[in-house]
Amino acid sequence: MEYATIFIVLACIFGFFMAWGVGANDVANAMGTSVGSRAVTIKQAFIIAAVFEFLGAYLAGGAVTDTIRKGMIDAQVLAGNPELVVYGMLASLLASGIWLLFASRAGWPVSTTHSIVGAIVGFAAVGVGLDAVKWSKVGTIVMSWVVSPALSGIIAYWLFVSVQRLILDTPNPLENAKRYVPFYIFLVGFIIALVTLFKGLKHVGLHLSTGQSYGLAAVIGVVTMVIGILFIRRLKFDPAADRAFHFANVEKVFGVLMIFTACAMAFAHGSNDVANAVGPLAAIVGIAESGTVLQKTAMPSWILLLGGAGIVIGLVTYGHKVIATVGTGITELTPSRGFAATLAAATTVVIASGTGLPISTTHTLVGAVLGVGLARGIASLNLTVVRTIFLSWIVTLPAGAILAIAFFFLFKGIFS
Amino acid sequence: MSPKSHIFSMFGSSPIRPMQQHMDKVQACVVELIPFFEAALAGDWEKAREVQRSIAALEGVADEMKRQLRLSLPSGLMMAMSRVDLLETLTMQDRIANKAKDIAGLMLGRRMSFPADTGPVMFDFVKRCIDATAQAQTAINELDELVETGFRGREVQLVESMILKLDEIEADTDEIEIDVRQKIFALERGLPAVDVMFIYQIIDWIGDLADLAQQVGGRLEIMLAR
Repeated sequence: MEYATIFIVLACIFGFFMAWGVGANDVANAMGTSVGSRAVTIKQAFIIAAVFEFLGAYLAGGAVTDTIRKGMIDAQVLAGNPELVVYGMLASLLASGIWLLFASRAGWPVSTTHSIVGAIVGFAAVGVGLDAVKWSKVGTIVMSWVVSPALSGIIAYWLFVSVQRLILDTPNPLENAKRYVPFYIFLVGFIIALVTLFKGLKHVGLHLSTGQSYGLAAVIGVVTMVIGILFIRRLKFDPAADRAFHFANVEKVFGVLMIFTACAMAFAHGSNDVANAVGPLAAIVGIAESGTVLQKTAMPSWILLLGGAGIVIGLVTYGHKVIATVGTGITELTPSRGFAATLAAATTVVIASGTGLPISTTHTLVGAVLGVGLARGIASLNLTVVRTIFLSWIVTLPAGAILAIAFFFLFKGIFS
Repeated sequence: MSPKSHIFSMFGSSPIRPMQQHMDKVQACVVELIPFFEAALAGDWEKAREVQRSIAALEGVADEMKRQLRLSLPSGLMMAMSRVDLLETLTMQDRIANKAKDIAGLMLGRRMSFPADTGPVMFDFVKRCIDATAQAQTAINELDELVETGFRGREVQLVESMILKLDEIEADTDEIEIDVRQKIFALERGLPAVDVMFIYQIIDWIGDLADLAQQVGGRLEIMLAR
């Protein structure tokens, strides 16, 4: 293909820019509930985010990346014009990146997922033709944007109710916290491991059967649980602290749990959002190297590595500042609620990652927090902010699309 | 980019602590009625004036706290309890402090004294009413635990038992009030009519302290039930 090297280099730059944006802006949202509940310090959150965002992106980011790469466009329609897909994907990356930069500057809560999906659908539908879009798949994705916050809200509600029943509303909450919190830690390790294993780690050379996956996930769950128990044993309880607030020591135990859910959340976020940056990149590299739209070959794993690295660099260069602002705010979000919301969101996101559905981590987390709020678990939630967050995606879709269409025709003009 | 986490900004500042701090201030104000009555019954109006000033100052602080809290509770909040109930409770709490200020102000202004042996009974009456406001404070202090348990189970029962106790104290103050009124009634013919009028007024107001405390408990109970 003509200009193949230029396309790949451009795609890498744009893709890296997007990944940087995800790390700089979005990671802080994923870590918001963890840092906000004071269970992890800003520094710990930073380290957790750096490690687990990368692991999530590399180990479990493949399915969503595939969806972004080739799930929404009909390869049959575009088989004769592979270069159109290249222009479109480049345009989508640039459009989303610029929109993201612009919106964040204005202080709007935008979702990288919505902007990239809007951009790809936009260039394909307008730049190529309505039949170039796989509308059924796009429909499923849009549905998942409605379902994911609702689902995580329901999970969060029930997780919190279980915490009330098993721990908070018992004669001896502290003893029960020590008894049951390890099981929640097991759950965190098990769910994340299971979904990741099910999705398959073929690109890192691991092939497992269903039974093996369950077994290994259970082992990982037990290992995390043991680590958690060790942490809990090391806690020092201060009976004096309970005088002002009877649950001060109980919350310390939940603080340990929160560290694990924070890891899970970072992992889940990395696994889903890396695709927004590297999905188009993977498509461009595939087409530029093979010269055909019908990509049968698996995605090279260096692409996920690049995305993971971009996220981490975004976090290191800018994202930590956003996390720091969270750490200095005042909230009454205690670890027991933070845990319920974060685990529910992480579970939902990681399941979506396994299914290959690009969803918004922020929306999912908002849904989860509302779920806990409905169980009367949070003193006060600002619904105006919630509305702004949900409304922003309605604006983001056309914005991403219009920008992508403009860039698409620009690239088309330059290269052909 | 603006450094801001949108998830984080969805957490509104919790009204629970300010609510409890307000009640603490109200109680600090009401408790001053004890040294005030001691001074008034002893006829030491210099001392009484001092205490009255401190009561008025505490009431002023409580008022400002109430104002701030109201301003921080816009209607777009989703709270663990109803906003209306919370604001009503706050109003009740604040009225307790207002009432204490009124009592001290009127007694000081008229240099009121109580006939013959009614002084000690009045003092007991005041103390029992302050018990009621203290019990309301204890109940309000459980608000953070109520939110922590999500208004469920044991903690709810605990607060309900506190409110029950508050009702008992209030019933107690009613009995004392009847007793005080009877004593004054027996003596009133020998007293200047205007003085008697104001004595009844003060008795009313002191009784109001316990009534308002009970109303705080009542609103709290509605929060539990929702």
